Amino acid sequence: MIAEIGHAALWLAAALAILQMVSGALALREAEGAPSPYALYARPAAVVQAFLAVLAFGTLLYSFAVTDLSVKLVATNSHSMKPFLYKLTGTWGNHEGSMLLWVAVLALSGGLLAFAERRLPERTMSATLAVQGFVAMGFYVFLLFSSNPFERLPVPALEGVGLNPLLQDIGLAVHPPTLYVGYVGLSVAFSLAMGALITKAVNPNFAKVMRPWVLGAWVFLTFGITAGSYWAYYELGWGGWWFWDPVENASLMPWLAATALLHSVSVLAACDALRTWTIMLGVVAFSMSMLGTFLVRSGVLTSVHAFAVDPERGTLLLILLALYIGGSLTIFALRASSIAEGKRFTATSREGALVFNNVMLCAILAIVLLGTLYPLLTEAFDVRVSVGPPYFNPVGAIFAIPMFVVMAVGPLLRWKDDKVARVQPELAVLAAVALLVIALVVFLGDYPLLPILGLALASALALAAFLPLRGRKLTRVPTATWGMVVAHFGVAVALFGMASEGAFTEERLAAVSPGGAEEIGGWTVQLESVDPVSGPNWTAIEARISASRSGSEPVILAPQARNFWSPPQATSESALLTRWDGQLYAVIGDGAGIGPDGQQRWQLRVWWKPFVTFIWYGGVLVAMGGILSFIGRLQVDLRRRKAARLGAERRMDQAALALSRTATEPAE
Amino acid sequence: MSGSETAAPPPIRRIWVWAPLVLFAAFGALAAFMLTQPKDEFVHSQMIGKPLPEFALRAASDSRPGVSIDHFRDGTPKLLNVWASWCLPCIAEAPQLEELRASGVEIVGIAIRDRPQDVANFLSRYGNPYSRIGADDLSAVQLELGSSGVPETFVIDGNGIIRHQHIGDIRASDVPTLLEKLAEAR
Repeated sequence: MIAEIGHAALWLAAALAILQMVSGALALREAEGAPSPYALYARPAAVVQAFLAVLAFGTLLYSFAVTDLSVKLVATNSHSMKPFLYKLTGTWGNHEGSMLLWVAVLALSGGLLAFAERRLPERTMSATLAVQGFVAMGFYVFLLFSSNPFERLPVPALEGVGLNPLLQDIGLAVHPPTLYVGYVGLSVAFSLAMGALITKAVNPNFAKVMRPWVLGAWVFLTFGITAGSYWAYYELGWGGWWFWDPVENASLMPWLAATALLHSVSVLAACDALRTWTIMLGVVAFSMSMLGTFLVRSGVLTSVHAFAVDPERGTLLLILLALYIGGSLTIFALRASSIAEGKRFTATSREGALVFNNVMLCAILAIVLLGTLYPLLTEAFDVRVSVGPPYFNPVGAIFAIPMFVVMAVGPLLRWKDDKVARVQPELAVLAAVALLVIALVVFLGDYPLLPILGLALASALALAAFLPLRGRKLTRVPTATWGMVVAHFGVAVALFGMASEGAFTEERLAAVSPGGAEEIGGWTVQLESVDPVSGPNWTAIEARISASRSGSEPVILAPQARNFWSPPQATSESALLTRWDGQLYAVIGDGAGIGPDGQQRWQLRVWWKPFVTFIWYGGVLVAMGGILSFIGRLQVDLRRRKAARLGAERRMDQAALALSRTATEPAE
Repeated sequence: MSGSETAAPPPIRRIWVWAPLVLFAAFGALAAFMLTQPKDEFVHSQMIGKPLPEFALRAASDSRPGVSIDHFRDGTPKLLNVWASWCLPCIAEAPQLEELRASGVEIVGIAIRDRPQDVANFLSRYGNPYSRIGADDLSAVQLELGSSGVPETFVIDGNGIIRHQHIGDIRASDVPTLLEKLAEAR
């Protein structure tokens, strides 16, 4: 019954999406300025649709919580003996459930937009809601016709198949939903961009409406990518934090586009420049999140994240992709020439720096996109390749390095027009810091080029992030400016972590018998014992490893090699020891035969990764910066609204006063 | 702000605004083409044409002796069948293995991550076409062969060179191909 309610809610939501689309589109046929009777339905349809889609997701969540094995999706992805938390997270640990979550968040943000947004001209809003309805409708069709999450089994299963053990982790509880919110937030930015393009209302006012959505989506994407990277780092047991896997790239590409969009929309809001470029980025950002969805779920690319592959789904998704991206790019091409390019500025200005980095971000995006799609292209000619770090790292760096340089300088420049000579002292200090770090690292040892440059840029950038605050009274700096400072400092911190991990990581792989010790990065790592252990749905061998540094009290680490029995799969549970200056990462592997001393030996793999944690600290800082900026914009907006309201009230009071005065005068 | 600065710049050249659409159309065509292609998820061994790795495995059950590389160097081509008692497709291919043995092919088995009792049960239920069965408890030999799953079957020539890899269970229609490859390896 519960599942049927969810299914019905989904159908109703689909019907409302059509109503929203038609109502919004018909409203556009009226002449400019004339109120349309059809526009009436778009907003309520979006709001009610949000309730229904969330209700549908809630019923699926309930089915998973109680392990209703008559629902096919539950039977194939859950198990009655699974820990309760992972029963819940199992709801979105599969194709259908995660698509439903996607759609629920889409409807929710569409509803929020329809409910709360009153600043845009009604015409632009109608067009925006029509586009949003169109996007939502496509996904309802996709869910209902090819990925129905509420499908019942003719005979309930006796027991569920279980959830992929790699996904039975707290990382999965937060990482995909966070990313979905980000992707979907970009859909609102996309709808707004299309709405403004269709109604030819690309102006600072529109940019101010679009900015919080981009900012919000970007914050969620940043959190999601950071969490996903850390999850892969400790759960997969390979010791790496980014693998350039197609699905990772699928989350990185919308982030790159959103970062570019975030900055260009600020330029549009502040000084009415970069109109076409902002619209283009709005389309690209959403296209990238759609493309990611397609690549992951159609099975055209092989990835560790792949969902169950079904060519029919792939075809449907490709059709949706063609409609959304093809349609919006066509509208863009037809309308772009009707938008004036907006105000001009010189190359050495804040806008100039922002445009330069926008182009760099887009170049990196193109490189990641090419690397991700290249295997698809060669496979069409029957050649199998896999593209990895040897391509992405150096080619990406070609554009990333100038970007970091300009990122350090840009915030020091004034809007519209500036002279480099004005900021020469600051530039000299930054260059000196960078050169000093390079000299120091080269003096310390023989390290690869890219990490050295990364360390130098990170140091200069960390300092540069705070330079915009110099000579200002800190209590009077706007919250949004603090947001920029924190986010830019976060980038420096993350870059430092990446470069440090790349340059200084030490690795040991050894066959050790209990009692044996290894030396790594100043640590003494001793294998004390290896014992069998068991959990609710797995058995494992667990190693006890004592790690001590320069004679300090040893700490016990317990990595495991786990065997889950439903579904059967082996995972490697790494053990991490975090210190302020890095992480010790230990993995226990298979037995490695009998050693010369007659004892059983085990494969032990240990890394010492100096400052690797800074990658994720940096990621969190970047997201925090986004939140600060969001709060700052919201404060300003609320203050303006309040001022406008007070102003209106005062005018009304004065009018009423004047009226009463004229009314009472004759009585005197 | 002076008037010259705010003068409307020329509109973007028309050709460039179509570029994103053209690029996307190219991607769409490629993706549509790839969706129609059959997906080959198999991991093909890089060991074809190369000699077998050095190995010696103990017997997986009491019924047959263990295997080492020396058994493949006696001049006659053989089939090397990688299987396990816990693998369902291995049951499906049992009749075809029996048929191959009946036509005079020597089949050497390697049981992956298995227990002697389970191996014995499997052989008594589904037949024992093997001349030897080695136990590969950690998939060490399997990985060196370039095999990523069970069942897989390799054609090995008389000098211990890997000639052909068959991924998945052997269907009735695969038997002639395997016999042909064995004849070629002679």
